[in-house]
Amino acid sequence: MTKRPSIFLRTVSTPLILILVLACFLALAALVNSGPFNQVVIDAFVKVTLVVGLYVFIGNSGVISFGHIGFTCLGAYATAWLTIPPMMKKMALPGLPDLILETKLPFGIAIVLGGIFAAIFALIVGKILMRLSGIAASIATFAMLAVINTVYSNWERVTGATSSVVGIPIVRVVWPYFLAAAGAILIAHLYAISRSGLALRAARDEAIAASASGVDIGRERLIAFIISAFITGLAGALSAHSVGVVTPDTFYLNLTFICLSMLVVGGMNSLSGAVMGVVVLSVIIQVLRQFEKGVDFGGTVLAIPNGLQEITIGIVMVVILIARPSGLTRNTEIVWRRWPFKRVSATAGS
Amino acid sequence: MTALLQILFDALSLGSLYALGAIGIALIFGVMRLVNFAHGDYISFCVFALLWPSIDAAAIVFAGQLPAYLLIPIILATGACLSMLSEVLVFRRFRNANPATMMIASFALGFVIKYTLLMLFSSRPKSIDLWSELALPVEILDARIPLLQVITIIITVLILAALVAFLKRTRFGLEMRAAAENFTMARMLGVRANAVILLAFAISGMLAASIGLILVTQTGTVDIQMGSSVMLVAFIATVIGGLGSLPGAVVAGFLIGGISVLMQVILPLEVRPFRDAFVYGAVIVVLIWRPNGLFAPRSAKQRV
Repeated sequence: MTKRPSIFLRTVSTPLILILVLACFLALAALVNSGPFNQVVIDAFVKVTLVVGLYVFIGNSGVISFGHIGFTCLGAYATAWLTIPPMMKKMALPGLPDLILETKLPFGIAIVLGGIFAAIFALIVGKILMRLSGIAASIATFAMLAVINTVYSNWERVTGATSSVVGIPIVRVVWPYFLAAAGAILIAHLYAISRSGLALRAARDEAIAASASGVDIGRERLIAFIISAFITGLAGALSAHSVGVVTPDTFYLNLTFICLSMLVVGGMNSLSGAVMGVVVLSVIIQVLRQFEKGVDFGGTVLAIPNGLQEITIGIVMVVILIARPSGLTRNTEIVWRRWPFKRVSATAGS
Repeated sequence: MTALLQILFDALSLGSLYALGAIGIALIFGVMRLVNFAHGDYISFCVFALLWPSIDAAAIVFAGQLPAYLLIPIILATGACLSMLSEVLVFRRFRNANPATMMIASFALGFVIKYTLLMLFSSRPKSIDLWSELALPVEILDARIPLLQVITIIITVLILAALVAFLKRTRFGLEMRAAAENFTMARMLGVRANAVILLAFAISGMLAASIGLILVTQTGTVDIQMGSSVMLVAFIATVIGGLGSLPGAVVAGFLIGGISVLMQVILPLEVRPFRDAFVYGAVIVVLIWRPNGLFAPRSAKQRV
């Protein structure tokens, strides 16, 4: 008979293990220490932040949101407004308020403000949207994304319309992105085990029973919506600093579907699923990209034709979903129980 | 008066496209609770079938040169085959999965179709000349209406009438309506589930093909993205109409088409670029007002 680990260890093990997985990538980046590889790891950390943000809302509430990439867009542009040197801003975005035109904030503060900006927007919009549930809520969030995209693609003087906004300071070191991803995981976990998170998951599984037991579904959904908007907004700000350019169309349907796919492939009702989905799909995409560039097989370079990468990803996703309809993690959390790792169900474990 | 007539025809022809797309999505949703995101890519695929078997960078129309009485059935059959193939190969394996999983699977399938086209034909839009004589205007009550708009509307009405006749008058139609109403019950009463679903996919694919033909004739271009914009609006229309309700999908399709054209006319010039924002804003308002859609089928109501 092995002694069961303490409740404390079981509670905190999930985020710790996930952060440890990310730390391995951080260590790998430090070992390889090449520019392109760092960029790959940075991309993956941004995606982890983004998908974990999505999970906070989708996983806990069970409502599929197509709109969160809108928050990413808000966060990215907010950090662009705050960090582009004032001289360039006056040329490119003359419509901004004077206060913002004059300021230039450091990266660390600007990205958090980007997240807060998205969260405030979510508070206002969420007040209205969170009355809806099921597919109507999904479509309403999609409509929100479309509104944000239309406004940002046409508001010439403030967002530069469809042309790309340049001059955002590029941050090429990996650890800030790691910190953000780890922070997102911690916030998501703390929310999931909080009173509101438990109430919301109860409402997801049995809406009528939960509301009969005194859960105000709209309120709990709104809380999750705001927190997830903060994290996805932060991810948007990070992505802006990772490439130095923002355009509205970066933050539209393609990104929406890629992030949703990562979440669903991983298992949309668990935090571990969100992280594993990103890690697994990112690794596959990276390997395929390498093949696209050409791989040296004993003197002969073999390359797969362009476009085959996306086709393979699509097929891999379908196959994973056929084999595991509820995602790679089967909607369970990875927890520390004893050697080796064992899984318990998400509803019973957290 | 003539301007009004022009607006009316614009609205009706745009609405026709949305309505046809919305029915295609609603049919599938009704029988298997699948929101088929690959629908837009079926449209693109059928459009590119006009160029088949040439895959040159410049558009060389091969199949598109056939006479209309051969071309139309071939393209319709292409849509139906692609749609049925996707059901047999992919969606059949998701019978007991939750809707989110199916939705992502359909998206992944659409991804595969889209990038297959991209790999074969490259992403550059190509111009194509298909029945361009239809773009000539005709005079109706002093208004010059493009002949194509009139034909689009007439064809849509014909398709809708045929669909209604099929659903109300034939045994297959009856089975399909029963399956849409209550799938489990219908199966217990002897409806062959797989046959009904396959048929729904076939019809949906043909609808996608007809949208593709109309789009190509209207725009004179072939583009990989062309299906997805119609599909998005059509998808919204199915939800506004009440998911699973076919008349609702049609009405909502025409409604969105009407609102888009109307906004284009009445919005002041400086906010006109933001038109889509207003249209989607209207979508949110409708959803808040009627969360289950304008014509929610009784089966959509939650039972305790």
